[in-house]
Amino acid sequence: MADVTFIVDGKKLTAPAGTLLIDACRKAGIEIPAFCYYPGLSLQAACRMCVVRQEKVPKLQTACTTTVAEGQVFITESPEIAQARKSTIELLLGNHPLDCPVCDAGGECELQDMTFKYGAGESLYAEAKEHREEQQWSPAVYFDRPRCILCYRCIRMCGEGMDVWALGVQNRGVSSVIAPNGGDQLDCEQCGMCIDVCPVGALTSGSYRYKTRPWEMNHVSTVCTFCADGCKVTLGVRQVNDGSEIVRADNRDKSGINGDFLCAKGRFGFDFVESPERLTKPLVRNSQGKLEPATWEHALRFAASKLKEIRDSKGGASIGVIGSNRTTNEENYLLQKFARTVLQTNSIDHVRSTDYAALARALAGHNCKTASLRDIATAPAILLIGGNPTEEHPLLAWNLRTNVRLNRARLYIANTKPIKLERQAKAALRLPADGYQAIPAYLGGSDDTIKDTAFREAVLAEESLVVVFGQEYRGQAVESLVAWGLKRGPNSGSVRFAFLGDHANSRGAADMGLLPDLLPGYVPVTAPGAFQEYPGLPATPGKTLPEMFEAAGKGELGALLVVGANPVASLGVDPAALKNTFVIVQDLFLTETAALADVVFPAASLYEKSGTVTNTYGDVQLAKKAADRAGVKPDFEILVRLAGAMGVDVKTLVPFGKDGVTADLGQSRGAQAGEADRHAVWLAANNLEPRLSPFDPLAVLDEIERLVPGYTLDRINLFGGNDVRTEPGFVPITALKEAASALVAPAHDGLFTSGTLGRYSPALKELEQHQARELAESAAD
Amino acid sequence: MSDETMTLFSPRLAARFDALILKYPLRRSALVPMLLYAQDEVGYLSDAVISEVAERIGITELEVRNVATYYSMLRFKPAGKYNVQVCTNISCMLRGAYEVYERFQEELGIAHKGITADGLFSLEEVECIGACCWAPAIQVNYEFHDELTPEHVPGILAGYRSKAGVPSDGSLSLGWKAGVPSDGSLSLGWKAQAEGNAPHA
Ligand code: SF4
Ligand code: SF4
Ligand code: SF4
Ligand code: FES
Ligand code: FES
Repeated sequence: MADVTFIVDGKKLTAPAGTLLIDACRKAGIEIPAFCYYPGLSLQAACRMCVVRQEKVPKLQTACTTTVAEGQVFITESPEIAQARKSTIELLLGNHPLDCPVCDAGGECELQDMTFKYGAGESLYAEAKEHREEQQWSPAVYFDRPRCILCYRCIRMCGEGMDVWALGVQNRGVSSVIAPNGGDQLDCEQCGMCIDVCPVGALTSGSYRYKTRPWEMNHVSTVCTFCADGCKVTLGVRQVNDGSEIVRADNRDKSGINGDFLCAKGRFGFDFVESPERLTKPLVRNSQGKLEPATWEHALRFAASKLKEIRDSKGGASIGVIGSNRTTNEENYLLQKFARTVLQTNSIDHVRSTDYAALARALAGHNCKTASLRDIATAPAILLIGGNPTEEHPLLAWNLRTNVRLNRARLYIANTKPIKLERQAKAALRLPADGYQAIPAYLGGSDDTIKDTAFREAVLAEESLVVVFGQEYRGQAVESLVAWGLKRGPNSGSVRFAFLGDHANSRGAADMGLLPDLLPGYVPVTAPGAFQEYPGLPATPGKTLPEMFEAAGKGELGALLVVGANPVASLGVDPAALKNTFVIVQDLFLTETAALADVVFPAASLYEKSGTVTNTYGDVQLAKKAADRAGVKPDFEILVRLAGAMGVDVKTLVPFGKDGVTADLGQSRGAQAGEADRHAVWLAANNLEPRLSPFDPLAVLDEIERLVPGYTLDRINLFGGNDVRTEPGFVPITALKEAASALVAPAHDGLFTSGTLGRYSPALKELEQHQARELAESAAD
Repeated sequence: MSDETMTLFSPRLAARFDALILKYPLRRSALVPMLLYAQDEVGYLSDAVISEVAERIGITELEVRNVATYYSMLRFKPAGKYNVQVCTNISCMLRGAYEVYERFQEELGIAHKGITADGLFSLEEVECIGACCWAPAIQVNYEFHDELTPEHVPGILAGYRSKAGVPSDGSLSLGWKAGVPSDGSLSLGWKAQAEGNAPHA
């Protein structure tokens, strides 16, 4: 809409006509107090805190519902307004117990701040306060009725934002009360969004209540370690005897890729880090065949000497490496470099939750064809094929709902089963059980097994479209779907893609080359390009994960290094297969796989280390170390130390120190003969200083940027805490062939599960049980 | 709602609901009248009533409760067979409504929202019932009694007692129980729950 000019407190402001006055003022740095107003939710005008004086209007107006127009004149602070706000607060305090000293919100409460500002600490109302005992609605959500100021934010957030509609208001007037849908229990998604938006301490969180005061915590913003959406999360941490403890997770400044949003896992699931089952000492199998605690030094020396011995006697090809889909990009990159250059094996894989390699193949050479999670929040039209974002990609579901609600985006859904997001869909196509394969042909008009032509016409009528597709697509099917989109649009924005996978960094695992046939950036091992500088890179593809276990079963796998993965449980591998293999596991817990190992290293979680992770849409974010746990080490450091113990010059793995990687003085032969230190040259060209520690993951980030196609990152934004894009289209089209038989095993984690980490989170377990009980109860009714 | 579905309501009321829901541009607009009719037939808004009304309209039970709890005329516990509603708003008040109301309390031995032990009467103080010209006025179920003085009270109560077949000494006969609507379990339920107050009282 056209811009209009109006005057606020004597200042001339300009904003598009129809902007809410409160928003226009906030943009201009004029703060108008508000309790019920919440950006993005419907207007309530319930609290009257935002009143302002508008010239020529007889009564004070609510800034949260007044839209700006040309020539208006407003006053936002005056004795009259202050008095009005003060009276409002007195009214709101009518039932309030004024128990700030014991309230969780104390110190970050909007009511407290306003009472402080307008000085209405004593309510003039003579009636007795209506008191009610605090209620526990679920393991996550507690309600203190007397503190509630009836702003309805929680109701609107749950209904409009979450599309759960689990909260309501009952009775009226002074006895109005917020009520949960299950009588005295909440039967809902347990996201905690209601707690987050509550301006006071009426809704409090089961995991944080009465633990600490907000000012006693340090706040570190990092990336959620659960699903593949990668929400930015602020961890509130406090010093304790053996490190520092996470006491709260929220998205405090509402910045980042997820804005307001966090789901139950991101908000409450962090307690796995404190699990008593956490490994804090290395374990080594003793002569009686039992795992017993050992020093780091001993465990490293033992593991290193065995690895070396097996490599030297049986050859690198007899060693397998399994990486993680929740470790950082730097760790994944380092792991594959360690596998390929130190262990001399291409047998490196991870538990693949989706087929990213197929996406890279399909997109090679086509830039700007992927959609970021932010794009999905603003795209005018989205086609969602397969998947169930509400359960498996909560942030994606939130973005889709928000986009439909605020921007009237058109959402088209094709799925074999009904999914909840269809409530937001403009059209839904029910596919037959095997219907996904037919979609590209159906969209292209050459399929007659799917009869619904209206759906296709609606989709094809869209000028620009984001296609989000699920793990139902693998291999050739991914390529056909992408091929349809690439053919379709003349301009770069016409069709863009997003491919769904599981876990915090499975995209990063694939991007960083935890694949037996592909180097980082999906560069084939047979045509290593930039990676030619790797010393002694084996040139033939290695074993896939199932092939490794097959070889182990036949006694042909000498050693197996597993980092942050539990293939024994997640793929149902027979434990007996590993009895003749020397197994090293780096993990947080004694998983089924770790229990079989000869050496177990206790690893740090994502919340206890730094590095970057890539979500399933290709958005890279910086994870920052928040908590600390005595005894554990980041996988990065474990790998560097392991390599060091094997006698490797660590500089060949991690380019650190003033001299860079290798200063070749023209004396060597081979690919790099006579060349200068490429890394040092690159650093200098990019105005970067060399990193000083071999344990600094950013040294590897430098190398990733230098060598991995698609990972040219916008550093300023990355280090500023924003998400930045990778570009899989930069993968060279040359030599990309169909991958070998790859085993893709989607995790299908729900709202309260998340692989190994979820299993060790008491909070998520409790929420899962609570929801199972609610389900059983409503089924019994 | 299809014919085969089990319903709490009489066939007549069920049919009326079917028509009512289609009458408005938004189905949920039928909510308040449905709740009133349902209360007239069943006696109060039981959990089962709320759940069926929600299902018929296609909204959540929570939404039904959000609306229902707003209105003081809707109740969630059974009332007596005769629900005595005494208006104490301005016109009635000026003409002695409180004396009338007090007399009812004495005669029945119950207060606001109370219910007699035999379940025959309940008492409520209500807002204007639209009979101001003949104040003070009361309403018993849908019957009006107006221009009252406290002296009228025993006679009014006696009238209803005899209507219910209860001897004027108050001893309980089985007569009125037979007249209780629908099934016996419901009337037992009434008595079992009769002590409580309305949820927001
Ligand atoms: S936790 Fe989430 S789903 Fe549950 S009531 Fe609060 S906002 Fe709604
Ligand atoms: S519980 Fe909190 S968010 Fe909900 S209405 Fe009360 S004050 Fe507002
Ligand atoms: S689990 Fe996924 S949606 Fe939930 S907070 Fe973490 S990244 Fe966000
Ligand atoms: S913020 Fe405007 S009325 Fe509440
Ligand atoms: S005031 Fe009593 S009927 Fe109107």
